[in-house]
Amino acid sequence: MANAHKASASPPFWRDERVLKLLAQVIFGAAVLFFGNMLFGNMVNGLRQQGTTLGLSFLQNTSGFDLAETLNSYTRSSAYWQAFMAGLYNTLLVSAVGILFATILGVILGVARLSSNVLVRFLATAYLELMRNLSLLVFLIFWYLGVFLKLPLVREAITWPGNVLLTNRGIAIPWGLPTETWPTFKLFLIAGLVLAIALILYFRWQGKRTGKSPLAIVWAPLAFLAVAVAGWLLQPSAPLSLDLPAVQGLNIRGGRIFTPEFMALVSGLVLYTAAFIGEVVRAGIQAVSKGQVEASRALGLSSFQTLRLVVFPQALQVIIPPLTSQYLNLTKNSSLAIAVGYPDLFYVSNTILNQSGRAVEMITLVMLTYLFFSLVTSVFMNWYNARARLVER
Amino acid sequence: MSEMTLKPPLAERRSLLGWLRKNLFNSWGNAILTVAAGWLTFVTLRGLLQWVFTEADWAVIVTNLRLILLGQYPIAEVWRIWVSMALLAFLIGNSLSIWGKGKTSTRFTVLLVAVLLALAFAVGESSRLWLLGMAALLAAGWWLGRGAGKAMRNVVGIGWVVWPPIFILLLRGFSAQGGVLPLVGTNLWGGLMLTFMLTIVGIVFSFPIGVLLALGRQSNLTIVRWFCVTFIEVVRGVPLITILFMAQLMLPLFLPAGLTIDRVLRAMVGITLFSAAYLAENVRGGLQAIPKGQYEAAYALGLSNPLSMGLIILPQALRLIIPILVGQFIALFKDTALVAIVGLFDLVGIARTVLAQPAFLGTHREVYAFISLLYWVFSYAMSYVSIRLEDSLGVGKR
Repeated sequence: MANAHKASASPPFWRDERVLKLLAQVIFGAAVLFFGNMLFGNMVNGLRQQGTTLGLSFLQNTSGFDLAETLNSYTRSSAYWQAFMAGLYNTLLVSAVGILFATILGVILGVARLSSNVLVRFLATAYLELMRNLSLLVFLIFWYLGVFLKLPLVREAITWPGNVLLTNRGIAIPWGLPTETWPTFKLFLIAGLVLAIALILYFRWQGKRTGKSPLAIVWAPLAFLAVAVAGWLLQPSAPLSLDLPAVQGLNIRGGRIFTPEFMALVSGLVLYTAAFIGEVVRAGIQAVSKGQVEASRALGLSSFQTLRLVVFPQALQVIIPPLTSQYLNLTKNSSLAIAVGYPDLFYVSNTILNQSGRAVEMITLVMLTYLFFSLVTSVFMNWYNARARLVER
Repeated sequence: MSEMTLKPPLAERRSLLGWLRKNLFNSWGNAILTVAAGWLTFVTLRGLLQWVFTEADWAVIVTNLRLILLGQYPIAEVWRIWVSMALLAFLIGNSLSIWGKGKTSTRFTVLLVAVLLALAFAVGESSRLWLLGMAALLAAGWWLGRGAGKAMRNVVGIGWVVWPPIFILLLRGFSAQGGVLPLVGTNLWGGLMLTFMLTIVGIVFSFPIGVLLALGRQSNLTIVRWFCVTFIEVVRGVPLITILFMAQLMLPLFLPAGLTIDRVLRAMVGITLFSAAYLAENVRGGLQAIPKGQYEAAYALGLSNPLSMGLIILPQALRLIIPILVGQFIALFKDTALVAIVGLFDLVGIARTVLAQPAFLGTHREVYAFISLLYWVFSYAMSYVSIRLEDSLGVGKR
């Protein structure tokens, strides 16, 4: 055998697999570099003919445009980068609020799809089939132009119980106004949060030590609530005063007003994404085999214990990865804000692009920002998957 | 045996009351839920029906139907669309009887023919004959497909592959100076037709690119793999709208001076690249699901790498992921709406034009509801077909 191997001389280099592989890679790399370089060269040439060069220094220039709603102290005399940040904050706000409510509605839908009640099941299925086959953009535009902008004028505002005003200029809800004792109350809130986290950690540690863990998910929020209530009552005066919205002439005074753009975008994203989250939740619950439930009941666990200790952890393992990608989808879909005129990251960047003419830089910046979100999410996913696998056995 | 069977207990007998009790009112909590859900259904349906039949003014749709469906496509050339639609009707009818199963496919065919006939009597004189022809071709295709052998299947398969290019070439035309098929510029494409066109081009071109990317990602050539991974992850990490903007604004800059491409083509490039990245991930899922033994067996038979991929692995992998692929194509169809944001006149873009007409100001609800309905009907039909296809190909059963 060894002789035969020796006898067949090593193949000529053009038939040696290692050489061929290397060669293929070199050719491919060279082709990519060549085309990339050509495209980039064309772009720089084209830009030079337009009288510009690439660079980010324009971000320091004054923006000169107004944004309808911002979370930072942006004005029209701020710089472009501040406008960009205002858009970024708005995107984060819409995503966070959207994710929160989409999760709640999605879980309800997912459970409703498995309900023993035929009518509830039918409603959930019908909602899901309706939403999944709609185009999100068309739905958002319909929702904005056909529903939120068709609400009555401020003078004829619809009043919902709890002093909620619905008008075509926005939805106004009662809001708390901080009083002079608010700063001290904030300290109480922080203390409550620290206590809650400490409780969770302590329970987990104790659970590992003794095998019996108290319900951290119940006790931790209760502890936080207790500290908050104590803080509220111990103050000489209430830290927040209730501010009710009311119609005054042609405007709404008081309360917190959410613009139709914000409301349409957030509620549209929530209604759309919840349908997909509902499917994820349903699949997760169904993935836990019936034998698991029966086995845990046979061991003498109560039905609540079965849910908490057997079904829930296993379902969660199936649910989390697709759920994370739905969250990411919602964040990316929030870029459709441009269709309803809400100043999110993409809308603001587009405005900057039109004002400064810096298409290449702005598109690259926006793409990198969204890419950053995606990368963070996928890092989290990998971490979670690795952790979930460790827990398994 | 049969005379021995006992009647089920009273509560479970197939009486209306028994059914109600079992499914809707088996506990207090459920009874409350039922009442709440029933009230919600009633209020929603009443509101919807009231709006559709009494409040909404559908004149805006009736007047602009042509614009919504075909955009500004010249009237003299509309026959090209009809011809491609007639071909499509034949293919659909034929496929339904070949791949559909039993009664459901018959019912579906009858339903389609009925819809076409109903449309034929609802529309004006000019379209009636075409619609009747389509109905006839659909029925003929269905008739021909019954008990068809392998040869017929292959013909229909080829028909599906050949149809998209025929559709595009027919609609676009060839010669700029008149002649047989004069060129119809893409600036005249619009409405549902443009939405279809973008979807079809996206599917047809993203498929090979996506498969190549998936193979590249699995490749053991490091540089190739890294290139594919980077492309896929970057495209999947950003919203479609940024890709479309990049295609609109940056693509012209990338091209050498003097070479220009029109706006519709740019959007097509963007959609294709976007879809290819997602498709690549789906194909990768299929490739990973193929057991290692298949690779090894192909290798043992002496097949080279490309041959074993093309003959052994890919056919199995693609068959596995058909439902996922159809789901992705539905998503692509819905996503093409975004080209309206970059200024194209697809369904959503045309809606803006319609709403700008002085006679129909403020009819947003009617116009967007109608467009949503169009999207819904086609997406739903596609997902229905995918379930059928899944059944008849036996995906997941082998």
